[in-house]
Amino acid sequence: MELGVYSFGDVQRDPKTGELGSTAEAQRNLLEAIQLADEVGLDYFGIGEHHTREMPASAATVILGAAASTTKNITLGSAVTVLSTDDPVRVFQQFATLDALSNGRAEITAGRGSSTESFPLFGHSLNDYDDLYAEKLDLLLKLNDSEEVTWEGQFRPSLNHALVVPRPENGKLPIWLATGGNPNSTVRAAIAGLPVSYAIIGGDAERFAPLAQLYRQAVEQVKVPGADTRVSVASPGFVGDDAKAAKDLWWNHYHEAFRALGEIRGFPAPQRPGYDRDANGKGALFVGSPEEIADRIVALHGAMQHDRHFFQMDLGQVAQKDFLRSIELLGTKVKPLVDAALAQKADAPTEAV
Amino acid sequence: MSEPKIIGILGAGRVGTAIARRALAAGYEVRVASSRPASDIALVLQFTAPGAVAADASDVIAQSDVIVLALPLSKYRSLPADQLAGKIVIDTMNYWAPTDGTLTEFEGAPSSSEVVADYLTGARLVRSFNHMGYHEMDGEARPAGDPDRRAMAVAGDDAQARSIVADIIDRMGFDPVDAGRLANARDFAIGTPVFGAPLGRHDLQAALRAPLAA
Repeated sequence: MELGVYSFGDVQRDPKTGELGSTAEAQRNLLEAIQLADEVGLDYFGIGEHHTREMPASAATVILGAAASTTKNITLGSAVTVLSTDDPVRVFQQFATLDALSNGRAEITAGRGSSTESFPLFGHSLNDYDDLYAEKLDLLLKLNDSEEVTWEGQFRPSLNHALVVPRPENGKLPIWLATGGNPNSTVRAAIAGLPVSYAIIGGDAERFAPLAQLYRQAVEQVKVPGADTRVSVASPGFVGDDAKAAKDLWWNHYHEAFRALGEIRGFPAPQRPGYDRDANGKGALFVGSPEEIADRIVALHGAMQHDRHFFQMDLGQVAQKDFLRSIELLGTKVKPLVDAALAQKADAPTEAV
Repeated sequence: MSEPKIIGILGAGRVGTAIARRALAAGYEVRVASSRPASDIALVLQFTAPGAVAADASDVIAQSDVIVLALPLSKYRSLPADQLAGKIVIDTMNYWAPTDGTLTEFEGAPSSSEVVADYLTGARLVRSFNHMGYHEMDGEARPAGDPDRRAMAVAGDDAQARSIVADIIDRMGFDPVDAGRLANARDFAIGTPVFGAPLGRHDLQAALRAPLAA
């Protein structure tokens, strides 16, 4: 199973003054994090497009492009590209270029994104939310299928035998469909022959297991030739040397991030009992010691059989040194434990299940 | 009316399927419709709410005792007001301008449910289920009397409809709290201390009491 990290490029916060650090520094920190993730053997690093002062990773492919030349093995992706407010031609060209520079390690994750700052920024209306996404996904998939495209839509000038280059190293870019759990999105991914990425950010993580079953059943029914049917899970998570210290440290950041978001969206700040419930057992917050996180990943794998699990660790201005330590532990401690447990499971006689 | 047996749900997204699971667990028959063909929804329900029956919206409305509105609020004008007249209708929809875009009629409205009620002339509209996250409904349901049981506010101008919905909520695993008239729905709308908060019956009653007395 693949393990990885995703980030929206959280800025630092000065522990003494409480002041937010620079948005420029945040980009360099992200590059440093990707390099470490590659060095410690992690499989995937995703950058989520975001346009706020606290999370300023607005140009993911630029950072990933820099990482392409300083890393060797890690898959470099967007998690997520807010496709609705971008030009699919530009998105494709940038990721195909990234793919070339990284020798075939680029992926796109397309989604609507939960933050909507990019709509006014690029002159789009939230009232077109569904239509924008459907149309742009359609074009992006066509661009991935062939280098010459003829296409017509509502939100972008038509293309008439347009040549779109460079082409991906391995024929096509993996394009994942990201969803927060709407069952229709799961079916949409299966019908399009696309791999699906579940964002599980709260509550009981296993409640997504029926969606993974739905996805596989729909895949079976539609039988798209050449379909990529992988399933991934993205969730908040943080690994520390000590379970309690990790949960206590990360609580401050988690609380701050969701308090701030709640102020905008109109929900109350999170409370510690809810956090503790989600940060243990079957909850969606994978925060704790390496052994604990490995056990919880393996348990969720039993329910979902997902192919990749990646974690948002730097949420709410986590200090860079803590972020890097968490990445290191995920690669050096959690990954070997998960690999060993899943290998053992695969070897076990079926009646033991 | 006699005790409801069939719950109809309009919307097969996260909210609709979560409520369908609770209703099935409570022993109701459940019918679900959405903007997609019934055959598409049937596949979704097979995994997300096994036992629920997919149907077209007009059949769901005609055959169910209580109708749950679990579609995006931006689509509320697609609801057939004539078919819903006289029916007990539970409005779970919220107005999320930062994520769904601006809908002028909801800007500055005291609660979205009053706008929906104006559109659904003749429906026995009850406001509930809107202040608890769909991701919490499965995990937070508890038997009556459990000290950790969460509460849900119920508002509406039809007292009998309110009481029927309160009974459904109780059977689904939550403590219903009578919030009185529909206008009081503003006290558990987005942005209020109640919205999204894990409150038991006493805390929810206390949170609603002040505005109720006013």
